Amino acid sequence: MALLEVKNLGISFGGLRAVDDFNLKIEQGQLYGLIGPNGAGKTTVFNLLTGVYKPTDGKIYLDGEDITGKSNIEINKSGIARTFQNIRLFSGLTVLDNVKVGLHNQKEYTYSAFTGILRLPAYRRAEREMDERALEILKVFELEKEAEHMASNLPYGKQRKLEIARALATNPKLLLLDEPAAGMNPNETQELMDTISFVRDEFHMTILLIEHDMKLVAGICERLTVLNFGQVLANGDTSEVLKNPEVITAYLGE
Amino acid sequence: MRKMKNMNKTTKENLITYGMVIVAYLMVEILLKAGMISSLLQGLLVPLCVYVVLAVSLNLVVGISGELSLGHAGFMCVGAFAGAFFSNCVKDLITVGSVRILLALLVGAVAAAVFGLLIGIPVLRLRGDYLAIVTLAFGEIIKNVMNVFFIGIDGSGIHISMKDKMSLGMAADGKVIINGPQGITGTPKDSSFTIGVLLILVTLFIVLNLIHSRDGRAIRAIRDNRIAAESVGINITKYKLMAFSVSASLAGAAGVLYSHNLASLQASKFGFNTSILVLVFVVLGGIGNIRGSIIAAVVLTLLPELLRALNDYRMLIYAIVLIAMMLFTSSPAGKAFRERFSLKRLLGRTKEGKEEQ
Repeated sequence: MALLEVKNLGISFGGLRAVDDFNLKIEQGQLYGLIGPNGAGKTTVFNLLTGVYKPTDGKIYLDGEDITGKSNIEINKSGIARTFQNIRLFSGLTVLDNVKVGLHNQKEYTYSAFTGILRLPAYRRAEREMDERALEILKVFELEKEAEHMASNLPYGKQRKLEIARALATNPKLLLLDEPAAGMNPNETQELMDTISFVRDEFHMTILLIEHDMKLVAGICERLTVLNFGQVLANGDTSEVLKNPEVITAYLGE
Repeated sequence: MRKMKNMNKTTKENLITYGMVIVAYLMVEILLKAGMISSLLQGLLVPLCVYVVLAVSLNLVVGISGELSLGHAGFMCVGAFAGAFFSNCVKDLITVGSVRILLALLVGAVAAAVFGLLIGIPVLRLRGDYLAIVTLAFGEIIKNVMNVFFIGIDGSGIHISMKDKMSLGMAADGKVIINGPQGITGTPKDSSFTIGVLLILVTLFIVLNLIHSRDGRAIRAIRDNRIAAESVGINITKYKLMAFSVSASLAGAAGVLYSHNLASLQASKFGFNTSILVLVFVVLGGIGNIRGSIIAAVVLTLLPELLRALNDYRMLIYAIVLIAMMLFTSSPAGKAFRERFSLKRLLGRTKEGKEEQ
């Protein structure tokens, strides 16, 4: 059974059909790419998958569970985490606290406000374990040295990584990355590619990513779906899709 | 020494804040014993505590949860009336002042928390300017409703009316406790500077510990980026309400302290001006800066009184101080100045000179 299955998903904003008859199947552990020209509806698909928008029609199944129409908070609890195209960090919090916010809903770290205010032993234990777990995650992204820095003071590339770290902290089944390499130089992109592959292997994570950097897409994605004007233009193995003449005309260019 | 180093930076900061309050308290007590404080200033000690608690609690909403609330005096009003009503009812039952005010503080805090929750549920759907306007309106509504309340007690129980004293229809032995616009008179004067300082410490304990707990982190995360907070599964409504009602309940406690310092209490004292005054403390102390709120509340409460001798120039100097404080805390030049001459840095020069380079 596929980890994520999307059937005939569609949404209209008034008269505009932003996404139409969108189908997607991602297997456990796959690194999947979603590409297409600007305005094709890629981020809208992400917003539909994460519950920011409610689909007008269609169904979304995560690990067999129907999550169509759930709120974004519930969907995150069901196991989808995401990053944003324009970075959205908790800028007034430290790097460590950003990840700890991601750990917020994990059962083993939960304690009541009362416990927190009175600083009961449960508070100290949970906070210590949270610190350890958060540092572990930060280490994967080589951010552990910056743990006490303000998130807003990080350089751009590291902010992108921190966003992925925070999403991972929610312990998702599926990770959605919205243009993770946007604004990165070739070196940073290369480093990011390694990190993404590492995350997939280390956490056995399933990843769906939107990206315009074809080097990254061709380098790490196993399968691709191409979106154009809200509709699926092609999907299949990366190498085949990238050779598809329709895809070349609509997006890649001759 | 080793222990100090291991200690969390925030823990250290918090201890400094507590220490500051305790040191100030001890100094004032010593000066009081030595008889070096004028009766005018003595009368200001309890209001000072009231304003500090108000400023710290409002900072929880404005600075930590990032929502502008202009109805803080309304919650103070609820607490003040609930506490004073309670004390008047049990005046003869409980004769120990300190026990009575402790219970009254609890009653006031709970009452204000309930109001905070009730008002917060509809109001916190709004953001920014709209929230400010609605909280302002609710503050005024509370004040005006309190203004027309008549509550009396006689042998058969509690009588409530919103018309006048006569319509309470009480037996001959009944006594009116809340008398409409005239408010509550005869509340026992149970407030003292010591109780005020204790309330400040409890407030700081609650607010600082809340900020640095899991829930406080969620509250700050929502302030910084609402959409991202939702994306990691943070329940926005729950945490906004938490910040709002904790803040309201602490304001209620401050109101209790306030009401037990006055011979007569009227709802008209809890108007818009009081809310704005507290907001001024928060803004000038630095939004989100708890210690700053304390200092601003103390300085700006004392200043007009200390300048009384200057008569006409009093408010002029007050205004200049406000502007100077704003420049000092927020202008680029002020920030640079503070950085250059900050205590931390001056101390750090000798101790951690290596790290500076």
